[in-house]
Amino acid sequence: MLTTAETEAIEAIARRYENKQGASIEALREVQRSRGWVSDENLRDVARLLDMSADELDGVATFYNLIFRRPVGRHVILLCDSVSCWIMGCEALRRGIESRLDIKAGETTADGRFTLLPTVCLGACDHAPVMMVDDDLIGGLEIGQLDEVLARFR
Amino acid sequence: MERPLTRNIRPGQEPLSIGDYERAGGYSAVRKALRSMMPDEVMHEVTESKLRGRGGAGFPTGQKWSFVSRGEDAPSPKYLVVNADEMEPGTFKDRLLMEGDPHQLIEGVILSAFAIEARIAYIFLRAEYVLSARRLRRAIAEASEKGYLGTNILGSGFDLELHLHASAGRYICGEETALLNGLEGRRAIPRAKPPFPQASGLWGKPTIVNNVETLCNVPHIVNHGAAWFRGLSRSEDGGTKLYGVSGRVKRPGIWELPMGTAAREILEEHAGGMREGYGFRALLPGGASTEFLLEEHLDVLMDFSAVQKVGSRLGTGTMIILDDRTCPVGMLHNLEHFFAQESCGWCTPCRDGLPWVERMLAAIETGQGQAQDLDILAMHTGFLGPGKTFCALAPGAMEPLQSGLKYFRADFERHIDERRCPWS
Repeated sequence: MLTTAETEAIEAIARRYENKQGASIEALREVQRSRGWVSDENLRDVARLLDMSADELDGVATFYNLIFRRPVGRHVILLCDSVSCWIMGCEALRRGIESRLDIKAGETTADGRFTLLPTVCLGACDHAPVMMVDDDLIGGLEIGQLDEVLARFR
Repeated sequence: MERPLTRNIRPGQEPLSIGDYERAGGYSAVRKALRSMMPDEVMHEVTESKLRGRGGAGFPTGQKWSFVSRGEDAPSPKYLVVNADEMEPGTFKDRLLMEGDPHQLIEGVILSAFAIEARIAYIFLRAEYVLSARRLRRAIAEASEKGYLGTNILGSGFDLELHLHASAGRYICGEETALLNGLEGRRAIPRAKPPFPQASGLWGKPTIVNNVETLCNVPHIVNHGAAWFRGLSRSEDGGTKLYGVSGRVKRPGIWELPMGTAAREILEEHAGGMREGYGFRALLPGGASTEFLLEEHLDVLMDFSAVQKVGSRLGTGTMIILDDRTCPVGMLHNLEHFFAQESCGWCTPCRDGLPWVERMLAAIETGQGQAQDLDILAMHTGFLGPGKTFCALAPGAMEPLQSGLKYFRADFERHIDERRCPWS
């Protein structure tokens, strides 16, 4: 069940669009903001609010890579793997993160602390290589800084 | 040198509040246009300014606007949509404008909506631009409170609602018709054109989609006039341009310079040249979907027609530098991996062709390539080229590949002959 706050937020979002379906992406993000991901049950609730079928909304949800239809860790690492960061060494960085967290890209740590997701260009190429952890953009990264950076996110 | 777009931007600091923005001359263009100009006059000034779209395609902005029907009989509502889905690899210019001076964008939106008589506008913002979202939301609230947005703006009778739409990933959303599907809450696949969005766009209504940097120029054109704007440029295209450089240069960054500044000047004077121990090999002039240029091309003036004459595109104007210690085949593999992953899957050549291209490049890079692979790759640049696919994603993906096959032929052959990557 969606909370009253979530329902009200989604209804407010829907008023910004010509019809309720326009709100689908931001509504899913609203659910995800507090819950981390969108469960089947949440998806059905949002679909009902937006006068859509659950299947139709799931088709939308699964198109967008930042709508999570599976649980993710408490912190999501978006590691840029596009061209400028590749030139500047993002692959070594990925291996460094994978070995420190003992997961592969796309996986979540056993303690549910981190999910590591390679992502497309984050638009901060002058600071390459870059990654985001939750809402924080971290640039000019070197392997030697990884322990300190990851320790900021408990 | 005048730098209208970045004059208020102080990197690392908060953007100007609405009061400070007004004191710096902000919203004077809105007051001028809404009190003393007709929509057609604003459009005329923008047309005469020779402003061309800064999202990559370079379409003349005034001409695009002119395709929207206006007047009493025009369909209603009409929409203005800001394409703030900056996701072209190597591109980081719109982030600077939105984080650094959000009111400038909002002022550009108000003027442009006034010109096309749109009364609803959306900023379609990529998900990861969290700081841009925060600053834009605050700026929209400030502008609404001061009466620059809402109903009967400055007593002119002109109404404008402006909404921020925060998206959730996928490069294809930057394609304007895919973007409209995204705004309607659908899977962001491109639409057939015609009808063009100017006739039938968002919810079937006339819609103009413009890039962030494009719209940020409009207040300055309205304030100072088309002739002044043309005078900022060193070329036929009006205005200044945000040029960026990334890769192994001394000072990666972004600079507002006259449109038509030479690539060499941007690379050597502004970016400080190559880092110690690295030599220049090639560059992509404007993002991942532009063709490589070499040392011999560095004197090219970075405007839409000059870059085209040497076989590439200005694109977003943010250059990616390939150095002499990075494998060009590996770089192409990285680029085609991106395009294959980001294909929306709607049309067959793109959905099936790009993964083939990616796998062949992976094979060559890891020493499993065969002599005929280069011909097969070259054939794909035709199969996936302009006119063969639903939108410009796959043709864009072929631009670095076809130039790479031409300029790095010897590197490809070494990979195949030595059965390994000579750089690893």
